Amino acid sequence: MAKQRVKLTFPPALITQPVIYNMGRQFDVVTNIRRANVTREQGWVILEVTGETAEIERAIAWAIEQGVRVDPIEGDIVAG
Amino acid sequence: MSRLAGLQCRECGQRYPLQPIHVCELCFGPLEVTYNYDVIRAQVSRASIAAGPQTIWRYRALLPVDDEPVVESYAGCTPLVKADNLGKLWGLRNLYIKNDTVNPTFSFKDRPVAIAATRARAFGFETFACASTGNLAAAVAAAAVRAGLRAVVFIPADLEASKILNSAVYAPTIVAVTGTYDDVNRLCSEIAEKYGWAFANINVRPYYAEGSKTLAFEVAEQLGWRAPDHAIVPTASGSMFTKIWKGFQELYKVGLLEEPPRTRMTVAQAAGCGPIAAAFARGSLEVEPVKPHTIAKSLAIGNPADGYYSLRIIQETGGWALGVSDAEIVEGIRLLARTEGIFAETAGGVAVAATKRLVDAGHIAPDETVVIYVTGNGLKTPEAVADHLAPPVTISATMEAFEAALVRDRAGAAVVA
Repeated sequence: MAKQRVKLTFPPALITQPVIYNMGRQFDVVTNIRRANVTREQGWVILEVTGETAEIERAIAWAIEQGVRVDPIEGDIVAG
Repeated sequence: MSRLAGLQCRECGQRYPLQPIHVCELCFGPLEVTYNYDVIRAQVSRASIAAGPQTIWRYRALLPVDDEPVVESYAGCTPLVKADNLGKLWGLRNLYIKNDTVNPTFSFKDRPVAIAATRARAFGFETFACASTGNLAAAVAAAAVRAGLRAVVFIPADLEASKILNSAVYAPTIVAVTGTYDDVNRLCSEIAEKYGWAFANINVRPYYAEGSKTLAFEVAEQLGWRAPDHAIVPTASGSMFTKIWKGFQELYKVGLLEEPPRTRMTVAQAAGCGPIAAAFARGSLEVEPVKPHTIAKSLAIGNPADGYYSLRIIQETGGWALGVSDAEIVEGIRLLARTEGIFAETAGGVAVAATKRLVDAGHIAPDETVVIYVTGNGLKTPEAVADHLAPPVTISATMEAFEAALVRDRAGAAVVA
């Protein structure tokens, strides 16, 4: 089993949607929220996703398709 | 008791022993090295530092290394130039340029990378890696050579050949990843998680980042052991910015500065990639990620890890955050070159242009001690200014042709027309 730690950033239109719940329903991954901040304008969630590597990648690709921004928790890693 | 206290989460405060981890297991917050300043205070003095080497390692007492042999990459101790010509132009009597263009691989990255390579070797890693489009890659590849480590550098597949050369010459393994910039980010995060490699800006990041404190230590020492009134720092992730401030504070904590630092800390960004400047303009501490679109590639971090912490420091110190246009960046590079004889890469142009904005807005008093951090060499980004420079005067090889090309200005000095 692999684990990935990601930061999900939700645009206003998705703040009320159960995106993380749906991710766990549609893909064979376990999601675990560690930290979050949600306002009326924006929301972010620091999330641990556990599962097979390929399944995690599919789940994350799906979240991006939904309009969620998915970043490594480290922020941008590719430095100048 | 050791100088080094351990690692501590910047969010929840959880403590960890010194190990190659960068994220809190509880809340996934970033980890930072903490110190026992009383122990350091008893060990360090201005004299002990003055007796040290002419590199960053003269500040070893305040860096996160134990007794292990350090990777000597000869980074640091770069000139602090009194910029009287530029100062006169702007009406500033105490303007300085911290000229970090002259490090071994021509950018400030040699500083944090020397620490990261030292810790990587001490932790028993055999591979030293990073993801970079330029400066970091060169610094990692060169330091790996000196440290006896294998270097692996990840780059976006569409990176220009000229950018790769500065790293390739040190013979690292270069992995070009196709896909978007975000894809490369996520892959590197996964690789760092899965493989037992030291990634300079991932799992050994807490140690790596501390190297940038030496930019504060040196400036304070070069100013006669005092902190400047205002520091203008080109900023991408915010790591260097936050560590310069930490560095000034530490000097006071260990008794090397008599007064607590009152430096106004200012972030300089490109408008085309200025998420911290944008948050500052909104009056917010929440950084919204952006897609970079600027000639300042070395600052092209759209989602800065230390953005929030940088904004806190700006707020605490009364500084500013500015985003300058590409045209201002080019003019900043040219201005620094023709007034002070220093050829900076685009990040330096950003810092000079941001300072000009502050001067024009009347935010800097004439007697303030101002330090502009210039962190990379202009030969890294010659394309930024290539189309903005005067062409040579071409003549045939005769004295007559040369003299025909000469004119005299009103002051009587000979200039080439």
